[in-house]
Amino acid sequence: MTVQIPTALRSYTKPKRAVEAEGQNLAEVLSALDRRYPGLRFRIITEQATIRQHIRIFVNEEQARNLSVALRPDDQIHIICALSGG
Amino acid sequence: MPRSKKATSPQPATGSVALLIGTRKGAFVLRGERTRRTWKLSAPLFLGHIVHHLVLDPRDRRTMLMAARTGHLGPTVFRSIDLGNTWKEAKTPPAFPKAPEGQKGRVVDHVFWLTPGHPSEPGLWYAGTSPQGLFRSNDGGITWEPFSYINDDPQYREWMGSVQDGTPDGPKLHSIIVDPRDPTHLYFAMSGGGVHESVDGGRTWTSLVQGLDVVEGFDSADITVHDPHCVRLCPSKPDRLYQQNHCGIYRMERTEGRWVRIGNNMPKQVGDIGFPMVLHPRDPDTAWVFPMDGSTVWPRVSPDGKPAAYVTKNAGKNWTRQDKGFPRSNAWWTVKRQAMTADAHEPVGLYLGTTSGEIWASRTGGTNWTCLARHLPEIYSVEAAEL
Repeated sequence: MTVQIPTALRSYTKPKRAVEAEGQNLAEVLSALDRRYPGLRFRIITEQATIRQHIRIFVNEEQARNLSVALRPDDQIHIICALSGG
Repeated sequence: MPRSKKATSPQPATGSVALLIGTRKGAFVLRGERTRRTWKLSAPLFLGHIVHHLVLDPRDRRTMLMAARTGHLGPTVFRSIDLGNTWKEAKTPPAFPKAPEGQKGRVVDHVFWLTPGHPSEPGLWYAGTSPQGLFRSNDGGITWEPFSYINDDPQYREWMGSVQDGTPDGPKLHSIIVDPRDPTHLYFAMSGGGVHESVDGGRTWTSLVQGLDVVEGFDSADITVHDPHCVRLCPSKPDRLYQQNHCGIYRMERTEGRWVRIGNNMPKQVGDIGFPMVLHPRDPDTAWVFPMDGSTVWPRVSPDGKPAAYVTKNAGKNWTRQDKGFPRSNAWWTVKRQAMTADAHEPVGLYLGTTSGEIWASRTGGTNWTCLARHLPEIYSVEAAEL
């Protein structure tokens, strides 16, 4: 599936706007991304496996609230920096 | 516990100095020539990152660690092994352990403080975080682990309090100090949560709050309400500590084990509230503070809009105002706890960064001040690195 990467994380993906990743759920996809782009996951997911306060993750057009969201191969994932800066 | 061995006073430095500046919008390096008269400001490093601390390892003078996060992204540590030319991110930044299922675990909001380890322990670093956590790296900042037991100890967790007990941008663990005579003799402080000492490499800790005042109406026996802003150990007399606290300026002779409020000798109209505490590298009787307005609603600006450092040359018996060169009025900034420091030259150079983005310096131990840079973002930290 395709994961859209926000500008703030493109220093990790050098500087791809979208990357492919595999996984049965969001946790697996983010772990796969972190193996390929070390450090990326911790910038958006806390050590308690929660999505950071100012990060939003959408699966297709639905906001994911946790990492257990099940995924299908053709899902589109968007990682977004929340509009919280004023 | 006091140590028995004496420290040796280092000889004055003669090389060039670089100021490592952490700001709300990135880091900067202000590099001086050997005379400390001319300075050149670097381009921003990690522009847009919130940089709380940038520190050069004095053991190799090449490794630098930077505590950073952004408004959106979580906390991390960047490291350079070539004096800041290239940077890599830590593989495992400081993080609390994952809590068992059903329990609420803590999350590091930002890494606030970095301290290189003892000279006999190359590659060892300590970090303090917000909320309060103590971490250690044994490999030069590549990987970090919780250090000691305090992060999860029920008593310490109680003393750490909640977010409401901390500073406006989160409670912090800071002032991690390693005794230059003994790598197992450690101190740290928490805002809030008091000052703590270990003489066995962090296996056990003892609180050091005797003699400290607390905010009116609170019980000074409660460690939670103690708010040290900055604690420093005299490099030339390691059994002497100085402290700028939320409630005054203090000195402790460790052999006595009691803080003495030397801020009572400050001018009453200025008071003894502030953030930084700076010590002379060779004279244990000389120290500087930078007072701020701690009255009424705590404006946290220079008292009356007139910034000044104050120096004592007799361990706090008397204080002398040092404001020559600073604006005479209408300067409503202040200096945060990591944003004032000294170099190791003779005479000692003093450096401070302001909340309004200016760097000020004195090559003469504070008698004359000059603005070296302005229009930077809000400054969080300034370290004087001897190159």
